[in-house]
Amino acid sequence: MFVKHSRLDRFMLALNAAFLTLAVLIVILPLIYVVIASFMDPSVLLSQGLSFKISDWSTEGYKMILTNPAMLRGFANAVFYASAFAVLTVMVSVCAGYALSDDRMKGKGFFMTLFLFTMFFGGGLVPTYLLVKNLGLLDTVWAVIIPGAVNVWNIILSRTFFKGVPNELKEASNVDGASEMRIFFSIVLPLSKPIIFVLALYAFVGQWNSYFDAMIYLDNPNLHPLQLVLRSILIQNQVDPGMISDQLAAAEMKRLSEIIKYAAIVVSSLPLIIMYPFFQKYFEKGVMVGSIK
Amino acid sequence: MEYFKKHYFLYLMLSPALILTLIFKYGPMYGAIIAFKDFSPIKGILGSEWVGLYNFEKFLSSPNFEVIFMNTLKLSFFGLILSFPVPILLALMLNQVRRAGVKKNIQLFLYAPNFISVVVVVGMLFIFLSPTGPINQLFSWITGEPVMFMSRPEYFRWIYILSDIWTGAGWASIIYVAALANVDPELHNAANLDGANLLQRIRHIDLPTIRPIMAIVFILAAGGIMSIGFEKAYLMQTATNLPTSEIIPTYVYKIGLQSGDYAYSAAVGLFNSIINVILLLTVNFTVKKLNEGEGLY
Repeated sequence: MFVKHSRLDRFMLALNAAFLTLAVLIVILPLIYVVIASFMDPSVLLSQGLSFKISDWSTEGYKMILTNPAMLRGFANAVFYASAFAVLTVMVSVCAGYALSDDRMKGKGFFMTLFLFTMFFGGGLVPTYLLVKNLGLLDTVWAVIIPGAVNVWNIILSRTFFKGVPNELKEASNVDGASEMRIFFSIVLPLSKPIIFVLALYAFVGQWNSYFDAMIYLDNPNLHPLQLVLRSILIQNQVDPGMISDQLAAAEMKRLSEIIKYAAIVVSSLPLIIMYPFFQKYFEKGVMVGSIK
Repeated sequence: MEYFKKHYFLYLMLSPALILTLIFKYGPMYGAIIAFKDFSPIKGILGSEWVGLYNFEKFLSSPNFEVIFMNTLKLSFFGLILSFPVPILLALMLNQVRRAGVKKNIQLFLYAPNFISVVVVVGMLFIFLSPTGPINQLFSWITGEPVMFMSRPEYFRWIYILSDIWTGAGWASIIYVAALANVDPELHNAANLDGANLLQRIRHIDLPTIRPIMAIVFILAAGGIMSIGFEKAYLMQTATNLPTSEIIPTYVYKIGLQSGDYAYSAAVGLFNSIINVILLLTVNFTVKKLNEGEGLY
């Protein structure tokens, strides 16, 4: 049932539509620009900016990016870090969330406070770095995966989810003589696919997009994830010499560096941008559950 | 003992999270005592000499202090003030879109930048705002001269905050959109019959609905005011924009991990965390007062 609109209201709604259109344009025009620019002929792009003549199109940037060993290695590393991190953080959070959702557990309040406190206060960058160093994790993949694996938000998220699982279900199986472990693995876990999925998505995306831990903990370039490779291309302007064969002069480097940047942005962001519409409702669900404390 | 035997499984389940938290969250809190020591890596945390508040005094009396402290405060404060209302406005606007399909599609677009990494966002800023980039092509066309956006300190905060809004505002609106979807349409109908126009209905029906959420989002954002993103500020720094872009987190990184002055850096970091907690508690207290007892704690 719709409210009947007055003339003023209709004017306001038209204005609203205009503003929303503007907002959408502001958001997507830069993205469209990058995609178009990435397919431009590098020389044309450098000399005159965007052009829409078909003859000015080229895939040179993509050839450079997709044959670049640092980029490919970064891509593979990012897939590994993001997957491993997602698996670990989901396991840790789901287990803890399940335990903390159980009313029979004594000391729940104490443990919750212990976790929550870390959301608002931390030891700081240097002590954390020294700890990771003393544990011998520097320059190993573990430094990227383990320290951030406990996420209080995720624990709250899964605890909220498990609170929604009816207690009767557990009690009934308890009467049948199933052990706690059995109940968790064969009854609760199969019901938990939604929360596992939401947490895994979040963790994967977060790790895929992060560069900071890798930057401080990993010296070895072979271990660098995609975002660090991107950082050197996009921000430090270091186009890997291997990308352009030695004989080519600095001018060639300059000619190609812009197009390489655009292509690198597209290649690195595409997987998430493509995947995200399919998972939109799960991401939204995560935000919603996380907001109910 | 009887109890524990029966329910050991629950504690077993909790243990990985507990152990990791104790090591990687509480461990560094213990390690932070190096802020009060003349820390030498050879002697270790326990073996190093106590120096009391020396490192804190060193920071507070250094000529850098005021600049860096104010940079941090200004960047976060203006960021909070400018970016807090945008998701709310977006949500109120989206709420007026009656066709579900259209609304979904607009949301799809507005959320997209949230999935772009900070490295790429900053990379795009450098490309777009470079002297030959698309924005400057426009500027040169109008004023005849390109603007050196990334290297001039006076633009840093604007670029930082506006690009933050570009990345995150759509995503941040989700929670308000969901809350508004729960408003009973009958309320709007009734108000309409009483002659309330659209703006009045938004003010008296929609806004009160989302007020508790606004309070919580605001408290959380204000509580993080000093922990403003290292990641983006560091990437956006250029040699010449440092007068405004150097903030406490980037300073901590530079003196600590790049120059190896561990104890001093830890003291600066600790100083930052403490201010942060004080701010969180103050804001929570104030909002609770203003918001009829609804705060975070």
